[in-house]
Amino acid sequence: MSSSPAVSATPGVGKWKKTLGEGLYTANPITRQILGICSTLAVTNRVDKALVMGAGLIFVTGLSNLFLSLLRKLIPNRIRMIAEMAVVSTFVIVIDQFLRGFYWDISRQLGPYVALIITNCIVMGRAEAFALSNPPLLSLLDGVANATGYALMLAIVGVFRELLGSGSILGITLLSPTWYVKNQLLVLAPGAFFALGLLLCVFNLINPPTAPETKK
Amino acid sequence: MNITPVWAIFIGSIFTNNILFASFLGMCSFLVCSSKIDTALGLGSAVVFVMFCTTMLNYLIYYYLLVPLKLEFLGFMIFIAVIAAFVQFVEMFVERFSPDLYYALGIFLPLITVNCAILGAALFMVIRKYNFVQSTFYGLGAGLGWAMAIALMAGLREKMGYANVPTPLRGTAVIMMVAGVIAMAFMGFAGMLNIQ
Repeated sequence: MSSSPAVSATPGVGKWKKTLGEGLYTANPITRQILGICSTLAVTNRVDKALVMGAGLIFVTGLSNLFLSLLRKLIPNRIRMIAEMAVVSTFVIVIDQFLRGFYWDISRQLGPYVALIITNCIVMGRAEAFALSNPPLLSLLDGVANATGYALMLAIVGVFRELLGSGSILGITLLSPTWYVKNQLLVLAPGAFFALGLLLCVFNLINPPTAPETKK
Repeated sequence: MNITPVWAIFIGSIFTNNILFASFLGMCSFLVCSSKIDTALGLGSAVVFVMFCTTMLNYLIYYYLLVPLKLEFLGFMIFIAVIAAFVQFVEMFVERFSPDLYYALGIFLPLITVNCAILGAALFMVIRKYNFVQSTFYGLGAGLGWAMAIALMAGLREKMGYANVPTPLRGTAVIMMVAGVIAMAFMGFAGMLNIQ
């Protein structure tokens, strides 16, 4: 993948690995950068919704990073926000129409959150921070890595909430209602906040932030 | 056609279906700008104003331009363009005619373009099939609800500065927990009325 003739200055393998690792874990968008929280809270009450949302974001972030990186020398600095919005919303429209056409049921359940990928901070954040200053294929990898890191966290929160909240995963009952009392709170709004708070807490324990945050 | 009375939409969008605690929209700026009450109120009032105006504008553009031309699928792109253009316009207007207001509000305006609550209000307006008056009051109510949510959180965070929070929970994790408790309190309103 790193031997692309299209890229004039091919970055070393180390740079590729670093980009991948940062997106997936060390600078994970959710646990480290605290970006894209809206959809993390909203779609994780069921695993299938979380997975579809994760896949949608991988598609949009990867491709918009690739195209913005290809266009980075053509976009004037003053209007770059509008240009980014235009590219991102094009891909979001593609994914929304695809879901409407083939998976109507899940598209209806996700409601406005597919469209809200446009304002998902991860997409804009990666475009601003990475795609506008890096070669196309590396940007594609960065977008995919960050979005995969996001999808991974979404899946973890989704499994936690659906398992404890409805006693099932992907609609298959695992915790039998004969001995497990469903904790409905986890499916509702407050449960989303608690679940994400716990996730952040666990990741802070496993991998403490290098610069300790001082709260004011 | 949605037959919910306008007053119910207005009250419901502030309390029972609060755009932040029930629909989770506008979390990014909610987390970043809620450490001081002044900042929170400034951003909150800017959001109320922009959300109120852009919901009206987006309604007119969607139903009088996009629907007759059968271009509904372009909706997202038009909504975000209208919001970005409106914010830019307001910024220039306020800077020119009311420097005082600009200094109070100006720094928050660029942040609003990427606030998903604004786009979310426009999308909910389409999904729930509101008419013009309903949309107007929904935009106003959702904005007020968001402003109230961020002001509440800022008040709590100012007090929390004196609390001894366990190390792994410091930062965003504890804010999430607090938001969860507020969301639980807001669920109490859900018995009053529920808007669709």
